[in-house]
Amino acid sequence: MRWTSRDLRSLGIGLAYLAPSLVLFAAFVFVPLAQTIYLSFFNTRSTGAISTFAGLDHYLELLTSPAFRTGLLATAIFALYTVPIGIALGLVLAVLLNQRLRAINVFRTMMSSTIAISAAVGALIWLLLFNPSLGLLNYVLSRVGIHGPEWLIQPTTAIIAVSITTIWLTLGTNIIVLLSGLQGVPEEIYEAARLDGARGLRMFTRITIPMVSPSLFFLFVVDTVAVLQAFTQIHVMTRGGPVDATRVLVYSIYQDAFQNFQFGFASAQAVILLVLVMGLTLIQFRFVERLVHYQ
Amino acid sequence: MRLSRVANYALLVVGSIIVAFPLLLALSYSLMSESEIATFPPPILPAAPNLDNYGTVFATIPIVRYLLNSFVVSSAVVVGQLLTASLAAYAFSFLVFRGRQLLFFLFLSTLMIPWEATIIPNYITIRTIGWLDTYQGLAVPFMATAFGTFLLRQAFMQIPRELWDAARIDGATTFRFLVSTVIPLSRPALGTVAIYGFLSTYNQYFWPLLITNQTLMRTTQVGIAQLRFEETLRWGLVMAGVIMVAVPTLALLVLGQRQLIRGLTAGAVKG
Repeated sequence: MRWTSRDLRSLGIGLAYLAPSLVLFAAFVFVPLAQTIYLSFFNTRSTGAISTFAGLDHYLELLTSPAFRTGLLATAIFALYTVPIGIALGLVLAVLLNQRLRAINVFRTMMSSTIAISAAVGALIWLLLFNPSLGLLNYVLSRVGIHGPEWLIQPTTAIIAVSITTIWLTLGTNIIVLLSGLQGVPEEIYEAARLDGARGLRMFTRITIPMVSPSLFFLFVVDTVAVLQAFTQIHVMTRGGPVDATRVLVYSIYQDAFQNFQFGFASAQAVILLVLVMGLTLIQFRFVERLVHYQ
Repeated sequence: MRLSRVANYALLVVGSIIVAFPLLLALSYSLMSESEIATFPPPILPAAPNLDNYGTVFATIPIVRYLLNSFVVSSAVVVGQLLTASLAAYAFSFLVFRGRQLLFFLFLSTLMIPWEATIIPNYITIRTIGWLDTYQGLAVPFMATAFGTFLLRQAFMQIPRELWDAARIDGATTFRFLVSTVIPLSRPALGTVAIYGFLSTYNQYFWPLLITNQTLMRTTQVGIAQLRFEETLRWGLVMAGVIMVAVPTLALLVLGQRQLIRGLTAGAVKG
């Protein structure tokens, strides 16, 4: 593989077009990525300057720290509450929206409206809904004989409240992705199944779900990654509390870096986040392709 | 699963109302007085709708300045992304050079790196170069986009090669072909990238929270969230703020729904 002067020239031209993006990626993605990994092996001063070499100390501390374990557990619970329910709800609504009916587009717009809503806006609205005395939620619950909890005061319900808010925020995306998946299913497949006597629930589990499985897996990864990155709704609704019940991984990075000024320790947690997100994305790329039915 | 038409519509109406309910309620509460909001049972519709809360928002926080900041930053990101992504996508679709594949994978690899994982060094960089509390600090880090490049590359590859050959014969330069042919033919895809870039920047929270301290440099999201941390929470005021901040993005949703859907589904559907 020798490089001719023509090769070099065309590479030069190519790089010239890529340069603006490459410079920005280098400055704000690749170099900071290396710096994060580097910082995770050092102790830092409150200014962010490196003081002493820490080796694997931060990682060892994470392994033994009960606070970090609680945080990971909170992240897992958050994902468990949010992702499956969000996707299931999205699928039901997408099936409902995947009909040839008059004015169906009005309903599609309304149900997918949350894609335009920011996490800050959504969190503020749900904060009011969850308010024990003013909020509608506990009032409605009281009408059916349930004494609603003080949602954001109790650890077990605070994470539920944040999860419900997050499900609502991601619902629009889930519906749109699943609806486009459903629209890609050829009508003949349904017809053939109908001729074979498939109806109702059977049709749904045997035909619809396998046919939209690429979209389901895509959402599974995207929604899980989004939950791992969730910060806004937690900052607005609970600030990580009560008693660290909603101190998920990103919130813990935020507190350790920008409130406790332990940049090295926070960087080690950022590396964990990076590994989790990269792992999930690679699963999406490598394995899911084979497991899922593609037409 | 065949339901009658009426049952279908009933389900659609109920579903839509439930999904849109929080937003409709925010609108309704923004038109109520604080004392009405405090009544029991919680009201749903205002007895005497009025715009007082909106006036109070203007008097309490510099909301116009917040909106201006968000628009300036989001527009700057859109312009930046369109420029960098068009140039890169052009190289990845029309130009032939060694290492092209490798560089494309390098671009795509940035999609796997969460912004939060690099936020600490990025914060330190921005502070070191004196970009805290500046528009460039809010906008420049987001001006390159792998997703946008990917989307534009797909669009550029739809353009017939014959046009490229003809342009070369006519003596057009590589850059001229991009400007006079490729860009005009790819307006829908550029629209998708623009709407995406605007929406995601406008809705950002973590980064502007970190790098802005002065009230006048706050963006809309951080600005209204501050209302929650005031000593006495005035819900009518908060909801009026929420509506004012959400209106631009909802308008964008209505106007650019097609482009948004195309963007969202680009990743999900194998093509």
